[in-house]
Amino acid sequence: MAQELTAAGHDVLALERGSWRDTGTDFAPSFIQDELRYRYQGHLFEQTAQETLTFRNTPDQTALPMRRLGSFLPGTGVGGSILHWNGQAFRFLPYDFEIRGKTAARYGETVIPADMTLQDWGVTYDELEPHYTRWEELCGIAGQAGNVSGKKLPGGNPFEGPRSKPYPTPPMKQTYGPTLFGEAAGSLKLHPFPCPSGNMSQAYTNPLGVSMAPCTYCGFCEKFGCGNYSKASAQTTILPVLMQNKNFTLRTECEVTRINLDGSGTHATGVTYIDAQGNEFEQPAELVIVCAYILHNVHLLMTSGIGTRYDPATGQGTLGKNYCYQLTPSVDIFFDDKVLNPFVGAGALGMIVDDWNGDNFDHTGLGFIHGGYIAGYMTTGRPIETELVPEGTPKWGAKWKQAFVKNYLTSMSISLMGAVMPNKVNCLDLDPTYRDVYGRPLMRMTFDFKQNELKLQDFAMGKMAEIAKAMHPREIKKSPRGPHYDIVPYQSTHNTGGAIMGANRRESVVNRYLQHWDVPNLFVVGASAFPHNSGYNPTGTVSALALWAAEAIRSQYLKHPGPLVRS
Amino acid sequence: MTRSALLALISSAALTGAGMLVFGPFAHGQIGDFAKQEHGRQLVAAGDCVACHTAEDGNPFAGNRPIETPFGTIYSANITPDAETGIGAWTEAQFYRAMHDGIASDGRKLYPAFPYPWFTKATREDVDDIRAYLRTLEPVRSVQRPNEFPWPLNHRVAMEGWNSLFFTPGEFKPDMNKSAEWNRGAYLVEGLAHCGACHTPKDVFGAAKTSQSYQGSEIQNWFAPNLTGDSRTGLGGWSEQDIVAFLKTGRNDRTTAYGPMAAVVKDSTSKMTDGDLKAIAIYLKSLAASPAEAPSAPAANVMSAGKNIYTDQCSACHQLGGDGVKNMFPSLKGSAAVQSHQPFSVVRLVLNGGHAASGPGNPNMLSMPSFGWKLSDREIAAVTTYIRNAWGNKADPVAPDDVKALRDSVEAKTSAY
Repeated sequence: MAQELTAAGHDVLALERGSWRDTGTDFAPSFIQDELRYRYQGHLFEQTAQETLTFRNTPDQTALPMRRLGSFLPGTGVGGSILHWNGQAFRFLPYDFEIRGKTAARYGETVIPADMTLQDWGVTYDELEPHYTRWEELCGIAGQAGNVSGKKLPGGNPFEGPRSKPYPTPPMKQTYGPTLFGEAAGSLKLHPFPCPSGNMSQAYTNPLGVSMAPCTYCGFCEKFGCGNYSKASAQTTILPVLMQNKNFTLRTECEVTRINLDGSGTHATGVTYIDAQGNEFEQPAELVIVCAYILHNVHLLMTSGIGTRYDPATGQGTLGKNYCYQLTPSVDIFFDDKVLNPFVGAGALGMIVDDWNGDNFDHTGLGFIHGGYIAGYMTTGRPIETELVPEGTPKWGAKWKQAFVKNYLTSMSISLMGAVMPNKVNCLDLDPTYRDVYGRPLMRMTFDFKQNELKLQDFAMGKMAEIAKAMHPREIKKSPRGPHYDIVPYQSTHNTGGAIMGANRRESVVNRYLQHWDVPNLFVVGASAFPHNSGYNPTGTVSALALWAAEAIRSQYLKHPGPLVRS
Repeated sequence: MTRSALLALISSAALTGAGMLVFGPFAHGQIGDFAKQEHGRQLVAAGDCVACHTAEDGNPFAGNRPIETPFGTIYSANITPDAETGIGAWTEAQFYRAMHDGIASDGRKLYPAFPYPWFTKATREDVDDIRAYLRTLEPVRSVQRPNEFPWPLNHRVAMEGWNSLFFTPGEFKPDMNKSAEWNRGAYLVEGLAHCGACHTPKDVFGAAKTSQSYQGSEIQNWFAPNLTGDSRTGLGGWSEQDIVAFLKTGRNDRTTAYGPMAAVVKDSTSKMTDGDLKAIAIYLKSLAASPAEAPSAPAANVMSAGKNIYTDQCSACHQLGGDGVKNMFPSLKGSAAVQSHQPFSVVRLVLNGGHAASGPGNPNMLSMPSFGWKLSDREIAAVTTYIRNAWGNKADPVAPDDVKALRDSVEAKTSAY
């Protein structure tokens, strides 16, 4: 966003809560492979002493504060969470953006349950397509296209929306595990393709002139920064150019605590922020763009009193509505005779089948909508976190150690990246009891898996087990999620919604350009805008929406400041 | 206030916009010759004046950067137009005498850390233009710190003897048998750009060994590489285009600028015109190769230990074959810097890491991490011996004691690199 606006000649000041981070200093290859420091002590993650949230599964419970994050691990510092992503670089399906209309058209309105607050996004895949393409070019995404301008290409994803260009770099080389997965899926007449990857398959220089190096398959991607400049992140794609733009200023360790409005309540005058010494400043601005992690986007709007908070009891209000997450069950596979060398891995190294994602298959009679992709990833063999042991293995002791050693080289996991549909009671609001270091109420998250997720999981587990069996293992182990969402074990940092986009102000916080309905000089960018979460990793769509919004700001808003959509 | 102080105040204030309005008649002669100032700005970039005349976190050109020499520490002068503490009160003639003869306005002999033995080659017109540019700078009051020289070097009179022995003043004389471009390159390299100040070895008196011009030299615990036509340690294998790209962006397909040269690229060569860079390349390519050396062969066990360390610690970026990644990680195979006569730079990069040059033509902000905390002297000796002798490279082995000595001297300093 800052690069797009400074390149167009505008002055941009970025305020960042965390500190500056640089590859050579903060995650160099000489020490980044430190699982204890980064994964378990959370060196790159948000610290709960600084900011946290409270959680409950359902509205009848009392939410308690999270003193240690688990299920999701937002980043902190320059580059944000994308610094420690795996690099799984997907687009959403055309179906996603018009999900309510398309679902109703195919199956009838009655298939959408009354408590599922499903809605269209107000933007279409075709409108976002150029921005997905630009993002892929900035990041050098490695992949095999399946549909270029309507022409189906072998080896790619036949279900993807038509793309204007193939991926900028060829797919990664698959290791043995994903290859076995792909062969098994193919034998079941499915359509396996290599995961589009933000880990570089070859050296690449992006349109800004910033270069990335080929991935070494070290397997320290998710939860780590890449020491080899091989994983797309702000640091490896944009910051080297942005930091040299004379009209860009970055202030780190400055936490924005409030968006300020004028007396009319419809115009932002700037923000208030607090620096590392505790000094409070007011920063005036003509245009305020909120680009924090989704939970902070929503929290900042709430604590600034901008918009109407959502009330799950009445369905009134929009701010905090449609919080969604990701459904990630897995099936572990154990071989006797196949050495998979899991220590050769990469965050986006794997084969994918999209046959049961979105509306790529007939849902008639299934009792759920949407789906997810199934992946045979080999993301890592990190010694502490990699813990695939068969059913019935004790949790500790000599037997656990024996099982770990026996299976380490010969096991892998098949996983689902399952969609989560919005539900009337899953939402974000302010906690009535607990407060943060600045005295503001903490964000309160209310979330549980609902019938749509549980039925989807049952269906997908069956499909995953079929693929697993077709790989001819010694045994498999099913690891479903739920039935209730558990916020403790790590699942994915794919939180979405709360400041959602939409076609009208009645059911969304921001319009199709991510512009606030009530405050036209305020834009809210991030996965907070997703009205639901799809069966893919969200990064590609977060980025495409940011570029789409940046173009709207440049080409429309700054020429004629004011609402870009009349409601 | 005395009369002379009043005049000084006026002449310095006259350089600012506000001063111009108040003291219009005085200012008129000093402001306005844009062509001269702009030409001077380019020459100041070619001379990289800002590098020595700016302290860390100090005002540009306000001096007081400590310059380490084998004889002691010198603090650079304030060359902003402040009348009292800078050169605001110097006349054109005085400024020319400093550049041409190494003599300050008050008659003091300057030390050759100020590279007047090179600047003497500059024409009077160019020196006047440099002064014209420097006078457009904001005057900064900054008193030069006293130099830290032992007796007898603290007596400027000592410089009389040095000058008579080692210094020949005289502007550059073009060689009519060579092209205009060659002559332009020679004028810059031998003069304002003062490449030899780092790249030519010095004798015990700190004077350039002219018989070994541009054959590479130790400087502040780095080794400024051989610029002659030697194909192993020099520029013999480089094309003119390689040199231009390196000076313009800090990298080419062969290598990346690091250490002090990264700063030279950023502050100086990247700001020079393409024509001047090409002229420099033509001149450098005409330098005859230094006499061939016969490096001694490394021990097999050291090579084998070095190979293992290289595979574990280095190959992820520099690749198993040592050929690096284009635009990113410099090739070690065939690298002149790696095979340098003395291994200071490569050992130091392993010890401390370093930041590569970055700029508009080369936006990547790359850095090599430090391994000094992780590898012992013996391990660093083995891995640097390995890269100096693998893949067809050839250079003297590195001894653990050499690593220890360098570690001791570079760890004692906070380095800007």
